[in-house]
Amino acid sequence: MEFLRPSTWDEALAAKAEYPSAVPIAGGTDVMVELNFDRHRPEALIDLNRVPELHTWEIDDDVVRLGASVPYTRIIDHLTDRLPGLSLAAHTVGSPQIRNRGSVGGNLGAASPAGDAHPALLASGGRVEVASVRGTRMIPIDDFYLGVKRNALEEDELILAVHIPSATAPQQFSKIGTRNAMVIAVCSFGIGLHPETGTVRTGIGSAAPTPRRATDAEEFIAAELADAGLWASRGELAASTAQRFGELVAQAASPIDDVRGSAAYRRHALSVMARRTLTWTWNEYRTAGRAAA
Amino acid sequence: MTDQTSPARTPQRLDEVITGGIGTSPLRPDGTLKVRGEFAYSSDLWADGMLWGATLRSPHPYARILSVDTGPALAHPGVSAVLTHQDVPGENIYGLKTADTPALAEDVVRYKGEPVALVAADHPETARRALEKIVVAYEVLEPVTDPERAAHDDTLPALHPGGNVVRYQPIVQGDPDAVADVVVSDVYTLGMQDQAFLGPESGLAIPDEDGGVDLFLATQWLHVDQRQTARALGLPLEKVRFTMSGVGGAFGGREDLSMQIHCCMLALHTGRPVKMVYGREESFYGHVHRHPAKMYYEHGATKDGKLVYIKARMYFDGGAYASKTPVVVSNATSLGTGPYEVPNVRIEGWGLYTNNPPCGAMRGLGAVQPAYAYESQMDKLAKALDMDPVLLRQINAVSEGSTLHTGQVLDSPAPVAELLERLKRLPMPLENRTAPADVRDLPGGISNTTHGEGVVRGVGYSVIIKNVSYAEGADDYSTARVRLEVIGGEPVAMVHTAAAEVGQGLVTVQQQIARTELAVERVNIHPNDTNVGDAGSSSASRQTYVTGGAVKNACEAVRDVLFAKAARRFGERPADLSLVGGKVVSSTTGVIADIADVLGDDVIEETREYHHLRTYELDPVTGQSPRVHVQHAYSAHRAVVDVDTELGLVKVVRLDCAQDVGKAVNPDAVVAQIQGGSTQGLGLAVMEEIQVEGGHIRNPSFTDYLIPTIMDTPPMTIDVIERADPNSPYGVRGVGEPPTISATPAIVNAIRNATGLDLTHTPVGPEHICGPAFARA
Repeated sequence: MEFLRPSTWDEALAAKAEYPSAVPIAGGTDVMVELNFDRHRPEALIDLNRVPELHTWEIDDDVVRLGASVPYTRIIDHLTDRLPGLSLAAHTVGSPQIRNRGSVGGNLGAASPAGDAHPALLASGGRVEVASVRGTRMIPIDDFYLGVKRNALEEDELILAVHIPSATAPQQFSKIGTRNAMVIAVCSFGIGLHPETGTVRTGIGSAAPTPRRATDAEEFIAAELADAGLWASRGELAASTAQRFGELVAQAASPIDDVRGSAAYRRHALSVMARRTLTWTWNEYRTAGRAAA
Repeated sequence: MTDQTSPARTPQRLDEVITGGIGTSPLRPDGTLKVRGEFAYSSDLWADGMLWGATLRSPHPYARILSVDTGPALAHPGVSAVLTHQDVPGENIYGLKTADTPALAEDVVRYKGEPVALVAADHPETARRALEKIVVAYEVLEPVTDPERAAHDDTLPALHPGGNVVRYQPIVQGDPDAVADVVVSDVYTLGMQDQAFLGPESGLAIPDEDGGVDLFLATQWLHVDQRQTARALGLPLEKVRFTMSGVGGAFGGREDLSMQIHCCMLALHTGRPVKMVYGREESFYGHVHRHPAKMYYEHGATKDGKLVYIKARMYFDGGAYASKTPVVVSNATSLGTGPYEVPNVRIEGWGLYTNNPPCGAMRGLGAVQPAYAYESQMDKLAKALDMDPVLLRQINAVSEGSTLHTGQVLDSPAPVAELLERLKRLPMPLENRTAPADVRDLPGGISNTTHGEGVVRGVGYSVIIKNVSYAEGADDYSTARVRLEVIGGEPVAMVHTAAAEVGQGLVTVQQQIARTELAVERVNIHPNDTNVGDAGSSSASRQTYVTGGAVKNACEAVRDVLFAKAARRFGERPADLSLVGGKVVSSTTGVIADIADVLGDDVIEETREYHHLRTYELDPVTGQSPRVHVQHAYSAHRAVVDVDTELGLVKVVRLDCAQDVGKAVNPDAVVAQIQGGSTQGLGLAVMEEIQVEGGHIRNPSFTDYLIPTIMDTPPMTIDVIERADPNSPYGVRGVGEPPTISATPAIVNAIRNATGLDLTHTPVGPEHICGPAFARA
């Protein structure tokens, strides 16, 4: 196995162009597991740890440009205000040691439906900045996940950063596991309120071949909130509305039965998480409005 | 042939000086190294020029082997040997209780993961690639997977010559047709738990010029490994020498052989050192697990809550080979009433062969399963009687002098009711649902699934009984060699035993005993090996009792020699002498000399054994025995849980324990054992289960076999009481297993208390709380 160690982004792109089947590795929290379990024998590894721009973030026009290798710990420590949903998801990733190494770029590269960052990214919206020797392009997060562990990258492309809008309103993330930490998601759910567009975005994890949004639920809640003028009034959300939202989220999933949980439980848990997180975000939005008033 | 006789990286050396005699809590000599990640485990062993061994395992739960072609693997570059059952030099059979397990499968494989062939190569990756080139033709057979059917259905294929029942044991006392005012019954199932030790099976075998072999390894019992391995290698015992290396946990999972025979075979065949290390997935197939059980229980009581009868039938799935299944059956039946006086009992236990993964020793052997059932029953009975579950337990509790259903009389303190009373008096944790400071305090924890919605609190109690040491006539003695000499002007004791330090703290205990008995400051522990007599297994909560007793005996023998020398030299009577602070003291004339002066250049070395009380087998028909167990131990737990009833998630808020330990030789280590045991029991209550389907393990990894993290482990108040057992050295009572046993039912009872559900399976998962519609497929 070749082990390539580019020290610049251009060298990394050149390496990927030369070895299209090479697997990029940064924190190694996913790739090394695959190697150790003998599930994967790539022809080459590209170690991205020496490429400086992958490890930094910048904030521009209320968008966070998050380097692909920024570890979850730093997201929690430095970006919780701007990316609260992603920060909550980051808290649930593995152990402290894994959070010190793992990054959003790794989640996106692996594109496992169980990746914890995905529902939060879908709920906040954003774009993935990818590059190759041929140039750079932006892939909307909604178009990024193509299939089980398949993403929209071309074989010569690497992920440079994710552009995520700073939260303008509450976001939440919730995940089911059968222990209280360090667990792969049985299923997970992310939600973000977007009052500026009058929308609510969602992300479902680990309950379909890819992470996905619950579009019917999003349209339902957007209409409910608009019809009742709740964005402006910051009025109370009816329990029946939250209930219905939860049901629609559950319907949007296509879960399977596996060793971690049944499809029926996943649907049920999604409906509960969606109902609860919608209520939390909406109540927080109401409280913030009262505080501002 | 190599001239190297010891590995470049050494077995565990634990001679860092600690201080303190019995009843104090010196720090472990290996503790700092382990916390720093510097301790050398058996997987760190290394020798120049060594080869790496690997094991080809059966992909089928049950199949006939039609042919094995090793040619393509042998031709693979870098491969030194490919061995099959035809290369086993001695008898191709081993087993702890029943020799029924081939070192390498011959014409049939009985479980998925059964070893079929071995490879030695110059690199572990090469060895794995070569495994893929061994061609085995199988005729796949329909596996036997239901233990209850295996007990009664003669139409199933017999997996072993004697049929599929490894052991059947009834215990009958009193009137089998007794009737009661109030009757409760249910069928309880308990999932297959893994020991989940962190250091996978590993060892290094070094062939010797004498035709023998030295094996450095992590095990629980050097001598039983040595005996079984020597038989398979066709070598006399003195040519199969075993030395303990760093053990990364055991919990019963290292009591059966794993790589021992294989590694030695490869070393002897190639003439080179061979190292074997299992990966985590291989480890799940490479060691025995806790027996899953199905238990039918019926309790009858008077309307005042006095137990009238218990009827129980229990089925234990031993999997493909017997291992400790016979002992599981005897422990489960002989302890199956719980620590209660019951006039009329009929308990039957079956241990079965199936094509499921083999099951054997695990902490709480054979006592964990019935405890979950009988303590569930006690809560169910309390509910039916509308009685306080603690009071119900107390009015039926055994005490010193009680007779168990086997006929054995409890001949030492049994403070069962007191343990419960002490727990009941502990303060309750506050409920903090409305404004939680932190989601980590709620069900779901860091995963942020509730801010209080759907959460209900429950409290549950349990109290259990466990035997200590081997039972049914076993003379599981231990041996200690103690040497006393002057080194650098100072008297130094060396303690040499074969007793395995598996994390429980025996290394410290042995030093404490020697320091107490010989009044010297410096005590070294010799590496454990087979150059000293058998110590028996580090299991059954027995080592402080039995090896502690042997060290005490050997120290007393050394002391007698020393006193004789001193008496001769100073004209004293040996009976008047004692040792205090490095000096020989006479009761008539005071301090007479330093120990170092008495010793001079002499070396005193004495080897002694400790044999516990004699025990007797259970009668095969009535289950009666004058003394089936050496000693009994008791622990009680109170669990407080918060349950998210909508999502089926559980947070154990508090897990308090009261336990009688007889004498706490090292009080901090005792508390640590109870913390660890309680946590392992918590795992079995809420998450730990090897999921087996059609003989296949579905979750052979720590990704999907979940064990408690620190975030799942609640604060524990641990109340240790010391009621000395007059039969044991220093009055000690086994410590390690009881808390594992009582934690599980206390937690399940607390979840029942919170939810009102029956909960007839442990571990309790979301599907059990949310309903059967959500069961995992």
